[in-house]
Amino acid sequence: MMAAALKPIITMRNITKIYNVGGEEVRALDGASLTINEGEFVSLIGPSGSGKSTMMNIIGCLDVADEGEYLLDGQSIEQYSEEELARIRNKKIGFVFQSFNLLSRMTAWENVELPLIYQQLSVGVRKEKTNAALERVGLIDRGNHKPTELSGGQQQRVAIARALATEPAILLADEPTGNLDSKTGNDIVSLFHELHAAGNTIVLITHSEEIAHQAQRRIRIIDGRVSEVE
Amino acid sequence: MFAQSVKMAWSAIVSNKMRSFLTMLGIIIGVISLVVLVSLVNGATGAVTSEVESLGKDMISVTIKDDKGSPLRLNNLAEMASDEAIALVAPSGMMIASAKNGYSDASVSVYGTTASYYEIQGLELSHGRFIKTTDVDNSSYVVVLSYDTADELFGMDEVVGESISINNRSFYVIGVLAEDSSMMSRMISGLSVYIPFTVQARMAGQPYITSFSVAATNDIDTGQTAVENYLMKRFKQDQDAFTISNMSSISDAMGSITTTLTLLLGGIAAISLLVGGIGIMNIMLVSVTERTKEIGIRKAIGAGRKSIMTQFLIEALMISLLGCIFGLLLSWGILALVSLISGSIKFSMSLSVVGIAVSFSSVIGLIFGLYPANKAARKHPIEALRYEG
Repeated sequence: MMAAALKPIITMRNITKIYNVGGEEVRALDGASLTINEGEFVSLIGPSGSGKSTMMNIIGCLDVADEGEYLLDGQSIEQYSEEELARIRNKKIGFVFQSFNLLSRMTAWENVELPLIYQQLSVGVRKEKTNAALERVGLIDRGNHKPTELSGGQQQRVAIARALATEPAILLADEPTGNLDSKTGNDIVSLFHELHAAGNTIVLITHSEEIAHQAQRRIRIIDGRVSEVE
Repeated sequence: MFAQSVKMAWSAIVSNKMRSFLTMLGIIIGVISLVVLVSLVNGATGAVTSEVESLGKDMISVTIKDDKGSPLRLNNLAEMASDEAIALVAPSGMMIASAKNGYSDASVSVYGTTASYYEIQGLELSHGRFIKTTDVDNSSYVVVLSYDTADELFGMDEVVGESISINNRSFYVIGVLAEDSSMMSRMISGLSVYIPFTVQARMAGQPYITSFSVAATNDIDTGQTAVENYLMKRFKQDQDAFTISNMSSISDAMGSITTTLTLLLGGIAAISLLVGGIGIMNIMLVSVTERTKEIGIRKAIGAGRKSIMTQFLIEALMISLLGCIFGLLLSWGILALVSLISGSIKFSMSLSVVGIAVSFSSVIGLIFGLYPANKAARKHPIEALRYEG
């Protein structure tokens, strides 16, 4: 009964990505198909070398598939130019990385503001959105701190705020707890739960079954093929 | 977006102050050498030109090198002066002699001339009178001293009525010239005295006129042509028998010398700016590599090639322009110092040389920033993200 109301955010059909490694063809993704709907919390699990990273790069529009069809928020991602892909990433994707990837020269606040600058928004709108995003992760009072002055957990929260600032179609998290101790990791996971509850679509990429279990739905990647985990 | 790029570039420059400063140093030195050298040449030229002009703008000087058996005498000069293009003609025989007043003596330049000389050379008297035509006709032993000569021999300039001896002949002082503040004419004339041409010719054993000066009636070129025509006729159309020059031809020659000098020095300075530009490119390339990860992050969160390109280009431009500003400030200081030391000559930066320095620095920043910025912009986001420096 709910199915009719579900709007697919990610639709992949027969996605294939081939790399040439030392003259040999490696099929990082081999006819992968999947659908992720709006408001879902999905984890992608797979051991290293399974094609997980390639999947993330394609979902995140950092790379394009060689074959197959990929629809992101109703928009077909084909052989776009780099400039166009950058614009799509800016608007639709919020990245959360394992190593936080904050710019160390800038304050937390400036880091969160950065994607909004690339959207060429006015100062007033940027300020509003940046504050809202930092408030969301509970770090509004740490805005003036440089990343090095923050704990790992706080840094990851800033990174999440940066991802949320543009109100993207999906939040794409790549091993977000990989560099954190288990307690802080759990805090981050519960933040994801909160965000999910608030209606965000979250794709969590991990090799850890334990973390993956937190998600509402799990998808396994092995040797470039995708299968649903029941 | 532009304001943001400027802010980012500034923070990148400030985050590595020492390196940025050393990079700027190339531009700083380039700008200093450009501005200081060009300003020095301009200042010196200005000073020399005004000195030359103070020597008499409308004076024509003639030197006879070969009289072809028909040497010039005073009556020939009078003939010449009858041409309506020529106002005045005065001989200027010259010899070095020793002048004495009691126990003080000095080696002086003795000019043998006529009354017209005073007006042609634009001289000024402080006391007494200049040589008159009757002094020349009567071969009177009278002398007019320059201020410096009077000062050297008497220690004062009110010496009309005194006597000095020149080469052991006694001369009656009839006048003293006003003090000449122009550095150039002091340098040229040194200690000089003026006596009637007839007396000087006898003392030097040279009865003919070998050099003289002419004042044109109106136009200096017409006057010079008239003198040339007269001399050509007299010396059988031999151009090499005499040399003729006027102050405007001297300032023209000086102008072309200084233009060449400015170009030469400016060129050398431009090369050092170019080297500074290469320094910028070098450091920007290092910076791009060091910041590969940052570029990856920026690209992941939505920076396009254009944004990255702009960011690095502005950074290069900023280094170059900051260097230019520091260079200009230092140049200003150096020129102020040089002016202070030299005293009489004022060296200042002209607006045009500042403009050239700024535009040259910008162009260099852009050109040498282009390659590193392009390299940064072309980095693949995935590989850049994976980079661990």
